Amino acid sequence: MNRYLLPLAGFIILVGFLAAGLKLDPKEIPSPLIDQPAPIFSVPTLFDAAQLIGTEQLKGQAWLLNVWASWCVACRQEHPLLNELARQNLLPIVGLNYKDERDDAIEWLGELGNPYTIIAHDLKGDVGIDFGVYGVPESFLIDKNGQIRYKQIGPFSADDIQQTLLPLIKTLNEES
Amino acid sequence: MKKLNLLTLFLLLLPLSLFARIESHQFDNPDQEALYLRLTKELRCLVCQNQNLADSNADLAKDLREKAYEMVKSGKSHDEITDYMIARYGDFVLYRPPVNTSTYLLWIGPFVFLLLALFALFYFIRRKSSSGDAPTAEQLKSARKYLDN
Repeated sequence: MNRYLLPLAGFIILVGFLAAGLKLDPKEIPSPLIDQPAPIFSVPTLFDAAQLIGTEQLKGQAWLLNVWASWCVACRQEHPLLNELARQNLLPIVGLNYKDERDDAIEWLGELGNPYTIIAHDLKGDVGIDFGVYGVPESFLIDKNGQIRYKQIGPFSADDIQQTLLPLIKTLNEES
Repeated sequence: MKKLNLLTLFLLLLPLSLFARIESHQFDNPDQEALYLRLTKELRCLVCQNQNLADSNADLAKDLREKAYEMVKSGKSHDEITDYMIARYGDFVLYRPPVNTSTYLLWIGPFVFLLLALFALFYFIRRKSSSGDAPTAEQLKSARKYLDN
């Protein structure tokens, strides 16, 4: 009897590891930027190329940076949720229009609605590289001190927003 | 019919050659070129995770190659450029995982398993060879009889 116990134990441990492995998403690479200061950037806004927007102007408040593009299919899926979030008026939602043509982006917003307080136009994707963006959409929650506190890779789901984002926004808004 | 097939095949393959392109970079000296090539082999494309920057045609890989090229060109060292990438994308951007606390198991694990396997092998062999009682005088006698014949 005993001689079967050891292989069985080994098998159960193996199954445990494999089961845990199945739940991991290899597309989600942990960002080294969590709890680090948000990268400093300053780029033209989408609607007015003469106006600059960047880390400096957003200081002193919690804000959400949402990286999107008109060519991004998953952004379309996420968009109604952002519109809904914008209606609640909890914090500024800053768009980072990533490697996109100005006209395409503006047309896309005209069609689907604009949840953004202001939109930065990152035509060449340099700001994206500084933020370690590798899959659009991505979102960063940044606190009053300019630290990145949370990163969402891929589109938000309604559950993500209810269970993760909203409680975090509440905490960040209460921090002094 | 045969001709038509060949034509179809040709047309199907055509887009591939249209997408194939060569980025030509000018370097100041061979060292810079070697460094650039080494970096693009060592750094991972984040989008298509099983390719390095040199192999990948993804947009992001193109941008990161460009970034690496600019940094090499401006005289940055290998470590400065990899640190720049790690600061943004994490250790994952390196194809060869660095040895640190979170990767000890990865690096040492195989050797631990090898040792365990060797111990197990040793243990079983010893048990096998020492199993069974020593032959009795009777058995030895009959064995002797077979050998002598």
